[in-house]
Amino acid sequence: MSWTELLPALRAGDPLALSRLISRVENQGSEKVQIMKTVFAWTGKAYIVGLTGPPGAGKSTITNGLVELLAEKGLKVGVVCVDPSSPFSGGAFLGDRIRMTSLDAKPGVFIRSLASRGSLGGLSAAAKDVVQLLDAAGKDVVLIETVGMGQVGDEIKKLADTTVLVTVPGLGDGIQTFKAGIMEIADIFIVNKAEREGADETVRDLEMMLSEVEPKKWRPRVLKTCALRKEGLEELWESLQEHRRLLEQSGQWMAQRRNRANTILLENSKEHVLEKFQRELEKDELLLGMRRRVDEGSLDPYTAALFISEYFLANRT
Amino acid sequence: MSRKIKVLMAKLGLDIHWRGAVAVSRMLRDAGMEVVYLGNQFPEEIINAAIQEDADVVGLSTLGGNHAVLGPKVVRLLREKGMGDVLVLMGGVIPRDDMPALKKAGIAEVFGPETQIQEIVDFIHANLKKASAAS
Ligand SMILES: Nc1nc2c(ncn2[C@@H]2O[C@H](COP(=O)(O)OP(=O)(O)O)[C@@H](O)[C@H]2O)c(=O)[nH]1
Ligand SMILES: [Mg+2]
Repeated sequence: MSWTELLPALRAGDPLALSRLISRVENQGSEKVQIMKTVFAWTGKAYIVGLTGPPGAGKSTITNGLVELLAEKGLKVGVVCVDPSSPFSGGAFLGDRIRMTSLDAKPGVFIRSLASRGSLGGLSAAAKDVVQLLDAAGKDVVLIETVGMGQVGDEIKKLADTTVLVTVPGLGDGIQTFKAGIMEIADIFIVNKAEREGADETVRDLEMMLSEVEPKKWRPRVLKTCALRKEGLEELWESLQEHRRLLEQSGQWMAQRRNRANTILLENSKEHVLEKFQRELEKDELLLGMRRRVDEGSLDPYTAALFISEYFLANRT
Repeated sequence: MSRKIKVLMAKLGLDIHWRGAVAVSRMLRDAGMEVVYLGNQFPEEIINAAIQEDADVVGLSTLGGNHAVLGPKVVRLLREKGMGDVLVLMGGVIPRDDMPALKKAGIAEVFGPETQIQEIVDFIHANLKKASAAS
């Protein structure tokens, strides 16, 4: 079926149409730009929440409980779970759904597992597009689960309206080692597995570290949850809504949507230029000649790179 | 296009043994596939997950006696939902006598506990039906 035929079904909430469109976009099909530019007009309504944190902290279990709650309230929810691809085989083991089996039967809930596929930051390159598609499909809330490592925090922050960092008791020292800047990134901190010893201490540690961060309009919340017993999730939803209200009142909600559009613009332009450049590199005689000279050792790579980029830009059509 | 074969791996029904399915999932990952591990699940829910993940392959693992009913039910529901081109495989302890009926019901292949992983990988590569899947 062609992508244009899938669009009306997407708008009507058909999960298979949504899923097929996601695949075409994730696989960088030739129709990707066509699809994304058509659905763009339908995006911007969903409330996007990023959940990040170390493996095993309970992100998937929290997602499961929270989505159950939202589905009961009649909200349509999309979930994107990103796990790393194996650098060796390029394959991936995507194991988040095992904590979400109660959601498989819920109408209005759509969960998609994504492999990071070599994306540097750990967030799948397609994640942004998948979020857009879920938004266009009429989801009220979209949750993104990622393992918090490396640059992923920044990427999530760009994508999400609210960023939630999940940790567990006893990670006290671990908290100190959170990547610099993580304290600034999260809007809500969760200490999960709060039935365990040391939960209150971890909350105190976090509160103390937060008190050292420059105060902003939103004071980040620190919450305790026991996701396994579904405790603390109503409070989590209340905090999320509180943050959302502030975003809307302060104009940040709209600003975030403009920022997102700007990010898409920059990234896509870069991609298009790079693709074109790559093609030229493979076929332009002059460029191939420069590369040969570097291979032979008769020209240094820095000079060649400068020449090649200037030449490419001057000859762009 | 950068395509990967997407596999949905589930344990049928209330089966509590899980090591086999996890091990096979890891090995399929090592063969370059993207494997969504679903855990224990019933056919209706497996179908919903297969739709959401746009799976090319659904792997059903079973050690119980429910495979004769639940396996074919998965195939039937997939066809009803427009996912008839998904390759459905079964693995686990399944009596030889049951195999013809399972295959007739649309299960593409049944793998016993002695199966080498390469057999499964080769079978998937040779039999993928979905046009969108990698070759
Ligand atoms: N004791 C306890 N275990 C939990 C809690 N929440 C999750 N877990 C367990 O922690 C493990 C990892 O959970 P998971 O949600 O997969 O973590 P993720 O890797 O962050 O997504 C699982 O065995 C969960 O059952 C909790 O509140 N208390
Ligand atoms: Mg998880």
